[in-house]
Amino acid sequence: MKKIWNAFKTRFKTYKKRPLSLILFLAVTLSAIATFSILIYLIAYILVMGIPNLSWDIFAWEYNSDNNSLMPALINTITMTVLSLVIAAPLGIFSAIYLVEYAKRGNKLVGIVRVTAETLSGIPSIVYGLFGMLFFVTALKWQLSLISGAFTLAIMILPLIMRTTEEALKSVPDSYREGSFGLGAGRLRTVFRIVLPAAVPGILAGVILAIGRIVGETAALIYTAGTVAKIPDLMSSGRTLAVHMFVLSNEGLHTDKAYATAVVLLVIVILINALSAFVAKKISKGTRV
Amino acid sequence: MKGVFFIAALTSILAVLLICLFLFANGIPAMGKIGVFDFLLGQKWAPTDSPASYGIFPMILGSIYVTAGAIIIGVPIGILTAVFMARFCPKGLYKILKPAVDLLAGIPSVVYGFFGVMVLVPFVRDNFGGTGLSILTASILLGIMILPTIIGVSESAIRAVPESYYEGALALGATHERSVFFTILPAAKSGITAGVILGIGRAIGETMAVMMVVGNQTRVTSDILKGLRTLTTNIVMEMGYAADLHREALIATAVVLFIFILIINLLFSLLKRRSKA
Repeated sequence: MKKIWNAFKTRFKTYKKRPLSLILFLAVTLSAIATFSILIYLIAYILVMGIPNLSWDIFAWEYNSDNNSLMPALINTITMTVLSLVIAAPLGIFSAIYLVEYAKRGNKLVGIVRVTAETLSGIPSIVYGLFGMLFFVTALKWQLSLISGAFTLAIMILPLIMRTTEEALKSVPDSYREGSFGLGAGRLRTVFRIVLPAAVPGILAGVILAIGRIVGETAALIYTAGTVAKIPDLMSSGRTLAVHMFVLSNEGLHTDKAYATAVVLLVIVILINALSAFVAKKISKGTRV
Repeated sequence: MKGVFFIAALTSILAVLLICLFLFANGIPAMGKIGVFDFLLGQKWAPTDSPASYGIFPMILGSIYVTAGAIIIGVPIGILTAVFMARFCPKGLYKILKPAVDLLAGIPSVVYGFFGVMVLVPFVRDNFGGTGLSILTASILLGIMILPTIIGVSESAIRAVPESYYEGALALGATHERSVFFTILPAAKSGITAGVILGIGRAIGETMAVMMVVGNQTRVTSDILKGLRTLTTNIVMEMGYAADLHREALIATAVVLFIFILIINLLFSLLKRRSKA
């Protein structure tokens, strides 16, 4: 304790001589405090206002205007997540495999794919929503449905999965590949038996990030999957939890239920984040060995 | 199997082509019918009047105002926080702060919007006047929402600066603060600018949270305590019931937004390339 105090005292002495340094130090520290107090305040506010409003009502199996149950929305969220990942994960992982393992150096296509992936990752979700409405809902006549929503979200998360898989594949040491080739394995066998297993944690981290985006998405779903509060079959409309939250708070009639829904949504997001942090830790441990 | 990987690699190209094709094919004709000039610079958006007018100038201005506000609020705090995390933060604290920033990025925009409606709107109404549904409120909320983007990119840009810069400055007698601000930050400039541009892209494209706090009136105003409408909220508010030319005009609004985003993306990748070189 005394050591810290002494360090503080010497520091303060320099600050006395150099006021600009003090100002810079204060600016940096105060900004950091501001950022994190906003986060803490937001979480605390939602939890404090929401937890007292949690009731079994909002977890009822059927939605009606009385209980505003989030259960159908919760199940739709899970369906939507699984569907989007089933579409986007193989595409994203396979294209990353092509870019890293197969494409030759200086291949023009690689550059084009990178640029398009970068473009995709910058497009706002409302534009995805409009595109999904024009293409999947109208042109392919899939109507407002879970499947239209899932395809729209799949395009949205594709660049994310691609980029993280690419990085994971690149971080696998070349000696693994050389060893495998040296033992007589072909390229395909090397990719599936040697490179992919080593890259799994990295790919998983990308997939978890993608899940986070799917769970939180609203704008891309309103005009593709719609807002019907039921558990539908894949070809009919259903709202996810984030859309449910939006409808509740936009109506403004059931603020208490909106608070409770926000708690559930927030808890899911925190769990997803914790999971991705856990996987990321695994990765950094894995590469150090 | 190589063929399968190759085809998978083509999907992102296909997706971009399809998005461009469907947006432009549905949006450009509307611009032609309304008149490009009347559409982009028209001051009046009244699709249900007869004759209807489709001017999106108020919304273009709205997006610019709200984004500018978000930058004024979010960028200084974001960059300074990044400096703190990269250069001032004890290791133990960093282990808590880093996941906190990730969480800030992971919170869904509806939750931000709800927080904005419940906390920021009353706050602005009570302290600054007006209805609370205003440019100021949206700017504060967006400023918070772009923080994690700016912090993340800036922090890695700051960390990428060689340690020798910092040590050199220290050796010349500069304090820790001066070394960080006058040698490291200038060296990380292009990376930090890239982060800011990425943040701008996020702010322009944000829809739901903005819609919940910005008021959505179609007017030209520079009073930050008044509400207005942005490009994104214009689309999401009216797409549900729009038909015919109105619907096409909304898609054309998305085309304008899309072009904004393409320009921002281009700037971002140019800067990123330069900061790598």
